[in-house]
Amino acid sequence: MSSLQNITADNVVPLRVNKADRPWTHLDDLESEAIHILREVAAEYRNPVLLFSGGKDSTILLRLAEKAFRPGRFPFPLMHVDTGHNFDEVIEFRDRTVERLGERLIVRTLDESIAQGRIKLKHPNQSRNAFQSVTLIDAIDEFAFDACIGGARRDEEKARAKERIFSFRDSFGQWDPRRQRPELWSLYNTRVDAGEHMRVFPISNWTELDVWQYIAREKLELPSLYFAHERPVTMRGANLLPVSDLVEPRAGDRVETRVVRFRTVGDISCTSPVESTASTIDDIIAETISARVSERGATRLDDQASEAAMEERKKAGYF
Amino acid sequence: MFRFTTAGSVDDGKSTLIGRILFDAKAVPDDQLAALERSAQMRGDGTVDLSLLTDGLTAEREQGITIDVAYRYFATAKRKFIIADTPGHEQYTRNMVTGASTADAAVILVDARKGVIEQTRRHLTLAHLLGIPHLLVAINKMDLVGYDQAKFDELAAAITSFSASLGISAPRLVPLSAKQGDNVVNASDKMPWYGGPTLLTLLEELPPAIHVNQSALRFPVQLVARVREDGGGQKRLYQGRIESGRLAVGDEIVILPAGTATRITAISTFDGILQSAEAPKSISLEVADDVDIARGDLLAHEASRPRVADRFEAMLCWFADEPFDPRGRYLARLGTRTVSARIGELIHRLDVVTQEHIAAPEKLNRNDIARVRVMLQSSVPYDGYAENRATGAFILIDAQTNATVAAGMIAA
Repeated sequence: MSSLQNITADNVVPLRVNKADRPWTHLDDLESEAIHILREVAAEYRNPVLLFSGGKDSTILLRLAEKAFRPGRFPFPLMHVDTGHNFDEVIEFRDRTVERLGERLIVRTLDESIAQGRIKLKHPNQSRNAFQSVTLIDAIDEFAFDACIGGARRDEEKARAKERIFSFRDSFGQWDPRRQRPELWSLYNTRVDAGEHMRVFPISNWTELDVWQYIAREKLELPSLYFAHERPVTMRGANLLPVSDLVEPRAGDRVETRVVRFRTVGDISCTSPVESTASTIDDIIAETISARVSERGATRLDDQASEAAMEERKKAGYF
Repeated sequence: MFRFTTAGSVDDGKSTLIGRILFDAKAVPDDQLAALERSAQMRGDGTVDLSLLTDGLTAEREQGITIDVAYRYFATAKRKFIIADTPGHEQYTRNMVTGASTADAAVILVDARKGVIEQTRRHLTLAHLLGIPHLLVAINKMDLVGYDQAKFDELAAAITSFSASLGISAPRLVPLSAKQGDNVVNASDKMPWYGGPTLLTLLEELPPAIHVNQSALRFPVQLVARVREDGGGQKRLYQGRIESGRLAVGDEIVILPAGTATRITAISTFDGILQSAEAPKSISLEVADDVDIARGDLLAHEASRPRVADRFEAMLCWFADEPFDPRGRYLARLGTRTVSARIGELIHRLDVVTQEHIAAPEKLNRNDIARVRVMLQSSVPYDGYAENRATGAFILIDAQTNATVAAGMIAA
């Protein structure tokens, strides 16, 4: 397979001089594990892809890919499954980041899937989050990707806590939690047949706090939505909803401007900000350490639909 | 970072223990607690069932069991922990071996009322086979035996004597009640006769696993990258993770299985050039000579070479639902190398309960453990599992179904 990576003169990025030695921490353990996983993907798959959304977890994946493959180019393109309900500045950040890295980005949109009749919405402003699976699986078929690298973490959600680092998908793109391959040591069973693929999660073992500590250490840029800002919001149950073209206040909703930030960045119609004055990465780290509500609990309305919402979406091919 | 696994049979209260650790260590977010309280109301008994914190899948909640290995994360002021929560029924060997393969410590649960049962012996044996550095035994449900010291002493004696028969030193024992919260995170006032630390204190203070960087250098090559240099020359970068030991620029090394000698001329990472590096760092290497090095090769120092052979004996844990097929086509994955393999001989099956060796068994069924002779299509570098977990372990993959059918540990 492609264990020999060709790096040509025009795409060599010069190595920087080594920084002062710093003590080995848990972040180094996590980083080395992730680099090892990414290099396994490069060696074992003919046609992998890395899912990049402009969010914090996939931004970390890009830094890890730099660590794994520079001075060469990435041995895979990047792909964004765009719900069409993304914040403008996230899309702008996505494009700027790809440009800076000089890597290739594929964008596939739910709007195309809707136009093709592959996705049928009940009403135009319906949350599009769960429908991403359709566009994603169609894109995997279109490009014949055999491995799909994603930034999911086990600490996010109960069903994800049970998922493998190399997580097999059958020819329908589906996850069968009862038939997962046992995963021992770091000897990954990477094998797939034609039409099947692997989802690979290099930051499976990272927590939300690890992510922020790594962002601080690596001085990574992120969309400003992650930091405290003023925004018109309304309460929906226990969650705040950002008011926008997609989320219009219902009768009786009180719209007010509050100082908020996003802990996750996803589909506008189902991603809630939290009240926060954390305006720097250090503030966010302090807030994450003392947070009493889980990341998805605070921010994802789609996960609160039922105890098994994520499990059902994952079985259907959700990333 | 400290990884531990938990093992117990059904109803030993393992999920409750993990729930208790997370709850008392204040690692359960409010929204997850609220969800637990909602489900407690739905069940009508009004108590919060901590085991529900770890049961993730619909079928698990419906049946009140744990199906698959789940990973949990929490931190105390002293340490970051990863828990591999492994269920104790059905696929018990598969799940426990999976959780144990990366663990620094195992917590084995014993129900104080039931005492040392088959599963306890099985778990101690597996933990020993998998080379888990630290074994802890939690004697759970002490509340149901009146926090009785005599009961605890009796169980301690049984476990110590079984451990001696395995040839391992006696594990640390903690009397506790996961349900009541005694001696899990907070010290209990119900067992004044126990002067030892709580389970969490023990886990916080265990020394980290045998330091990988104190053993021999093992660098399995994952990728070879060609870099064109100014002036039209070309150099090769050998990329991988140092699995054990350390290396430095100028080191004389051998490439295995070929046995070719060369010298390290550069070590680099994205963050810059290094003079030396040690496990478990991921790096890129350059060497002095134009030698053939490919994915699957292992770099080592001349003075501490691994063995190289196309056959070895190993302990094999069989996972597949279908019994082992002597004519089956298998692939062995060792380090970064995958080779065709077959099992030449079933030497004996290990009865993990009695420690009996059943000579020349006819077949291997799911959950069986056996000493076998493995024959490979080509010679590979390896170590005994007891010497090096990274280079002494392998998995067997069914070449037709791609299923992972067994895990192996190479005999010394």
